[in-house]
Amino acid sequence: METYMLEVQDLRTKYVTRFRENVYAVDGVSLKIKEGKSIGIAGESGCGKSTLALSLMGYYFPPLHYISGDIIIDGKNISKLKPDTIRKRILGKEIAYIPQAAMNALNPTQKIIRFIEDVIHAHHPDATKKDIYDIACERFEILGLPRSVLEKHAVELSGGMKQRTVIAISTILSPKVLIADEPSSALDVTSQKMVIKMLRELMEKEYIKVMIFITHELPLLYNVTDDILVMYAGQIVESGTAKQMVFDPLHPYSKGLMGSIIVPEEGVRDHQLTAIPGTPPSLKNPPKGCRFAPRCPYAAPVCSSMEVPDIELPNGRHYRCLMSERKIREV
Amino acid sequence: MSELGASCLSGRGVTKVFGIGKTVTVAVDHVDFDFREGQIISIVGESGSGKTTFSKMLLGLISMTEGEISFQGKPRVLKTCAQKRKYWKDIQAIFQDPFASYNSFRKVDSVLLDCINMRDGKALPQKKKEEMMTEACSFVNLKYEELTNKYPFELSGGQMQRLMIARIFLLKPKILLADEPTSMVDACSRATILDMLLKLRSEVNMTIIFITHDIGLAYYVSDQVYIMEHGKFVERGNAENVILHPQAEYTKRLISDVPKIYGNWDLTTV
Repeated sequence: METYMLEVQDLRTKYVTRFRENVYAVDGVSLKIKEGKSIGIAGESGCGKSTLALSLMGYYFPPLHYISGDIIIDGKNISKLKPDTIRKRILGKEIAYIPQAAMNALNPTQKIIRFIEDVIHAHHPDATKKDIYDIACERFEILGLPRSVLEKHAVELSGGMKQRTVIAISTILSPKVLIADEPSSALDVTSQKMVIKMLRELMEKEYIKVMIFITHELPLLYNVTDDILVMYAGQIVESGTAKQMVFDPLHPYSKGLMGSIIVPEEGVRDHQLTAIPGTPPSLKNPPKGCRFAPRCPYAAPVCSSMEVPDIELPNGRHYRCLMSERKIREV
Repeated sequence: MSELGASCLSGRGVTKVFGIGKTVTVAVDHVDFDFREGQIISIVGESGSGKTTFSKMLLGLISMTEGEISFQGKPRVLKTCAQKRKYWKDIQAIFQDPFASYNSFRKVDSVLLDCINMRDGKALPQKKKEEMMTEACSFVNLKYEELTNKYPFELSGGQMQRLMIARIFLLKPKILLADEPTSMVDACSRATILDMLLKLRSEVNMTIIFITHDIGLAYYVSDQVYIMEHGKFVERGNAENVILHPQAEYTKRLISDVPKIYGNWDLTTV
């Protein structure tokens, strides 16, 4: 029996709107990640990527509600815990989350060291200021951030530096799982590279055991993570290693996504960009059967009547389509 | 240079200086350029390199401190309102943030209706106007029937940006200036928008000036690439030449910082 650092089984969560409508943003997501691995989640805007990230923390507050499923971190099920327990025991220590505009999370009136004191005090109330300062200095130096940052205010730092500082603060307690939700999409390419380098370092030095990286930039995902999951309308439609997913996608939706990759490399100008027609379905009442069927170029009548199972291939890839692997390669 | 087409927009010594006294910022520093008709020109640079200031000067939204811009071979004069109005018939823009481009109190189809009225179509019968709007919407894969009676907040970012392109389709300007039109939408809508711009170029034969920080995007769409650093063009030329064989240090760095999928992305060089 293999052990997994993070195991999610059939997680379902929903949003409840003002008009008491249910929006099923995460609908039956299962994933397993081994220690030392990183996964990337790709998909269009509105497909539920960020909701999945929020749901994985186990910290539900309205309008987000938990329906069913298990989140198991290192053998401990956190999905049934109370929000207060999660906040006190799990966040920061077991799971850390970096939102998209993480740099806006810094209070402009406080020095950076104060945030670190806050994080550590929440979990170790008797830590002294001196200890915290030493820990912070050591960690900042390893991650390539100057020690002087600790004594600065947020306004004195540049955007890329703020983002890296926030990452350093949120991982100061060496959480097992790090969820990074578009951590670099507001930055220019050079700062983005620094952020990625830092996340890689965190993985290599084993400060974090598992990383979940969410973005719609596929070339970035290809370079950062080991595996890629493609999400569509609240479900995972395909998963595989980064190389398989970028160069040999199976699901028609993944094919469309991979066709939209643009990189400044030879040969890119000749290939035709493929765009997926239509818009993602509303998650209030998702289409029956295959959710991608209304937009799929290969859809058959049976696609929209029958629930599509998750098919596992011998090489460990998963995909959710009624077509067989051979037929997919033919069309 | 004859196969490049006639000169559409060119400038010499174009400069913009912000501030006075000791706190002077030179945003655009004596740049020369020559944009030819029917081409797609990309201006690439990082944030703060002066791209947007440059584009605003091209549009005539802000004045130049120094230098001159020629439009279709003649010096461009924008002193009076009438001159500006005439110039803006030939140059149009799509901006980065589609949410800020619409009046939130007006329905979206009124945007298209305004375009027709602006192009001397005020006297046309209602039916003809509707036909034109339907055509423009179908050009960008939107359905006109679904757009009527909708307010801007009911559309997604990609849809709004496409509606902007429908506007350009109706106006048919000589120059389209696209200032980061795809930076707020995801990769999928980006592909749709780029395809539409390319289609628009081949159908209306307009010059497109594409301002972006994404060098991969510039490589994919453009004929000519200008690389901007600190208000100066450090490299310019044919897209293939500039991106695949960069000469300037800045260009090399920009290209090496973008994630690759075929080659190796070197993380040690930051």
